Amino acid sequence: MELKSRHLLGLENISPSNIKMFLDTAFSFKKVLQRPIPKVPTLRGKTVVNLFFEPSTRTRFSFELAEKRLSADTINFSTASSSVLKGETLKDTIRNIESMKIDLVVIRHSSPGAALFLTQCVDASVINAGDGTHEHPTQALLDMMTIQERLGKIKGLNVVIVGDIKHSRVCRSNIFGLQAMGAQVGICGPGPLLPRDIEKLGVTVYPSIEEAIAEADVLNILRIQLERQKGGLFPSLREYRNVYGITKERVDQAKKKLLIMHPGPMNRGVEIDSEIADGEHSVILNQVTNGVAVRMAVLYLLSGKNSSKIIKEST
Amino acid sequence: MSNKVTDEDIDILLLKNGHILDPNANIDRVADILIEKDTIKEIGKNISKHGKTIDCKDKTIVPGLIDMHTHLREPGYEYKETIATGVAAARAGGFTAIACMPNTNPVIDSRSYIEFIKKRAKGLLVDVYPIGSVTKGMLGEELTEMGDMVAAGAVGFSDDGLPIKNSLILRSSLEYSKIFGTPIIEHCEDLNLSGDGVMNEGYYATLLGLSAIPSISEEVMVMRDILIAEFTHSPIHIAHVSTKGSVKIIEDAKKRGVKVTAETCPHYLLLTDKNLTSFDTNMKMKPPLRTEEDKKALIEGLTKGVIDVIASDHAPHHSDEKDIEFNKAAFGIIGLETTVGLILTHFVNKRIFSLPDFIEMMSVRPRKILDLPLITIDKNSPANITILDVNQEWKVDKNTFKSKSRNTPFEGWEMKGKSVGVINNGKYYLNI
Repeated sequence: MELKSRHLLGLENISPSNIKMFLDTAFSFKKVLQRPIPKVPTLRGKTVVNLFFEPSTRTRFSFELAEKRLSADTINFSTASSSVLKGETLKDTIRNIESMKIDLVVIRHSSPGAALFLTQCVDASVINAGDGTHEHPTQALLDMMTIQERLGKIKGLNVVIVGDIKHSRVCRSNIFGLQAMGAQVGICGPGPLLPRDIEKLGVTVYPSIEEAIAEADVLNILRIQLERQKGGLFPSLREYRNVYGITKERVDQAKKKLLIMHPGPMNRGVEIDSEIADGEHSVILNQVTNGVAVRMAVLYLLSGKNSSKIIKEST
Repeated sequence: MSNKVTDEDIDILLLKNGHILDPNANIDRVADILIEKDTIKEIGKNISKHGKTIDCKDKTIVPGLIDMHTHLREPGYEYKETIATGVAAARAGGFTAIACMPNTNPVIDSRSYIEFIKKRAKGLLVDVYPIGSVTKGMLGEELTEMGDMVAAGAVGFSDDGLPIKNSLILRSSLEYSKIFGTPIIEHCEDLNLSGDGVMNEGYYATLLGLSAIPSISEEVMVMRDILIAEFTHSPIHIAHVSTKGSVKIIEDAKKRGVKVTAETCPHYLLLTDKNLTSFDTNMKMKPPLRTEEDKKALIEGLTKGVIDVIASDHAPHHSDEKDIEFNKAAFGIIGLETTVGLILTHFVNKRIFSLPDFIEMMSVRPRKILDLPLITIDKNSPANITILDVNQEWKVDKNTFKSKSRNTPFEGWEMKGKSVGVINNGKYYLNI
């Protein structure tokens, strides 16, 4: 079994067998992470550059930790400390970095397609850590890993994504990945935050959060951003909470035992109440833990390593 | 690249055995054309005259084509294009005339800038017709001195690149420009609805996560403009129509007798938002590439005469402005050197449009809209001619372009049909 691409740009056209390979490898790495010394020499001698053109805390830390756990050499590059502020183009930036001999590039950028653009400029393998409102494949992989871990399966589940669907890269990658793995995906959010023709992606659009909760096995709750309010897309955070907020009262109406997920960072008391975020249904911190394992798997497999060797090498 | 355009002067020029096609002169036959200086002296069989002779066997000789929507970028953006390189591109692409939009820096908003363009283009084969801005500095606030600009050679007015947001200003401009016989050409876009959009709103934008421009962004403005033009009994020309809804609105208006005309561009007839899946910045323009349904409606609109004109919206940009992230890339593509080939290949040769239709869309109607003298291939008429080889096969190679810019989405396309020569103003240029 081999990966079809040497890059991970998104989950849109990825095969179920490749997703399974990422997840299986991630579960193996999760075991590594539970050892007394959670570090393996698998990527020793490989150089990874983390290019973060957008603010990010958890994704950047998660990648960095994954790289360190794999013994790779890492370079961090963020906009605030870089020549981008001096007007350098993305193409020039990456070409300069690549000329220092880089094996893997992890990129977070505000422009959709930026990761794809990068593959046209460099020879290194590219991992998309979020390209604008397009895709965030490692987030979707860690979401799927968490679902698999908790519910023992993905196929046949009904996963409803709630919130700002239009501006969510997490949502797109989740739709593509979950559908590939045989789950039903639903969405729920204010009309102006739903992208046109979203139903053509094969998702169910739930008109109200109550209807979504009634049918869901998993709720993946997205962060609502205040700037959308200023853009005229919804009236207020208060109103948002009233109509779409995941409150205890609403969760109590669920017919099944719900799994509550959130990619973070959370706005407590807006899209999700603390009682839920910290409650028995929540797997939000498990997502973060699994994030490191998933990123280790992605780095490992994209650096050309064979998944069957992982356990041997890591012992 | 040389900035100088050189055309060959005509003393005597004999076009032998071409298929002369000019529905307005009621001519559709194989014959010779004798040109002396800038005038057609004789049309007939077996003309013999000592002088330069061009074998036009299997070529089609049509009235000179005009591209009524181009951006020449001079003054201000000479690194993208100049009047000289734009004219060279037009000449190579089969046009004997072009109209150029005023969104330069400074904006073409007064007599002296019109004079500047006329002076730059003086004595060239290709006629350059400047379009002045509707509002000073294209700021949408105050009307420009249109009368003064018309006297200096402006043929129309537009704030192209931007809509005229203020409905009162649009109304005034329509009422005011009418006395000069010059049209207002509108870039129909509701900037609020467009927001920070970079492609058409719909399935593909949803798939790609790119911020999107809805079809209604164009259509609400087409509707508003038509209502104001109808109210003021003024002519209005809608630039670069891209949606099915606009075609319908224009069709209904024409039926009511509104003096509305419209153009579309080759890219809206041949590409759709599906082409954006490669994040190719040469697929990025305003209005954006729409859906298959819109494309079909535009083609039908042209065949029914709802859309009057095909223009290129030639919008040169430097590679530095295109070879970057999609969101940041400039809007616009070049088209002067591909338009004729694309329309011949995909429409005339596929019998969707006839050659007389093609002449209507690319010579006759744009001239009527801009109130320019009509061209006929007739004895004693000025020799203003495009020579087509409708069967010649070629491949688009942007590195051979005369334009300064390379931002074409049609690179590598296989073509059948091209312009092989143009004649105008006592000069000729061959591209055989």
